Amino acid sequence: MGKRLWLWAPLALFAFFAGLAGYMLTQDKDEFVESEMIGQPLPDFALPAAFDGLPGASKADFAGSPKLLNIWASWCLPCIAEAPQLEALKAQGVEIIGIAIRDRPADVANFLGRYGNPYSRIGSDRISEVQLAIGSSGVPETFVIDAKGVIRYQHIGDIRESDVPKLLAELEKAQ
Amino acid sequence: MIRLLLAVLLGVLALPTLAQDTMPPAPYAYNQLEDPRLEAEASALMHTLRCLKCQSQSIADSDAPMAGDMRHQVRSRILAGESPAEIRGWLIARYGDYVSYEPEVSKSTWPLFAVPVLVILVVAGVLLRRLGKRRNEGDGAGETA
Repeated sequence: MGKRLWLWAPLALFAFFAGLAGYMLTQDKDEFVESEMIGQPLPDFALPAAFDGLPGASKADFAGSPKLLNIWASWCLPCIAEAPQLEALKAQGVEIIGIAIRDRPADVANFLGRYGNPYSRIGSDRISEVQLAIGSSGVPETFVIDAKGVIRYQHIGDIRESDVPKLLAELEKAQ
Repeated sequence: MIRLLLAVLLGVLALPTLAQDTMPPAPYAYNQLEDPRLEAEASALMHTLRCLKCQSQSIADSDAPMAGDMRHQVRSRILAGESPAEIRGWLIARYGDYVSYEPEVSKSTWPLFAVPVLVILVVAGVLLRRLGKRRNEGDGAGETA
């Protein structure tokens, strides 16, 4: 009898894996690729101005105090959604340095004219060079950089109202 | 009227394409290196690097702008004398094992390599014991006969 029961084991195993696969299909997929550069210093870079109104951005601009590095683009729709939150962070005294990915000066100026300009500087990254160097895999993404230029925190996707306190806390931690 | 509706509908359907930039691709996104030997090296490497935006394609197979920018990095670094292993290492330092399709033994992947070896050892052990038993029985049978 014991041996008979054992014959069912392969079928039970198969049913278990089939069930597991079915269950996993109903689960949300984690689409985020996190940067492995947290805790690492910013790589050296110097980007030209993204449009006439603001200077470009380089690693040296992050010295002195913790700042936000915002990876964005005028062609990116979620960037419109996060614009008010960047304004709110700026109103709290946060300095935000932008890097515009694959963007044109006229489009950048147009976007800022429409949705506000929370940036102190914007570098133009026409071939995603700096984006790849810091391990960012999309727009928008926001990094907390401490006063020594070390990457402390990465926020993937647009900043919602509920994300603002977390970012402020991470900036405080980076003091 | 129907034409107008159709035009509006098609316009709305095309909206997602606005979420792509209109910039020209990076110089080495779609242009091969002049030296065929270097291009072969770059191409082999690009087929084993994962496109971060499209997730199930290599950067060699993807038309996503970011994949183009990654191809530009690979080709210009190969041209500057970096080895494919160095470039893969550079990307893994930024995106983790995820970016590489080349299986590598690491802290999280070692069971994938260890389990088959273990299974083969166990199976070999079981087989040896069973065959050994049968031979002994056979010998025993021979002796009695």
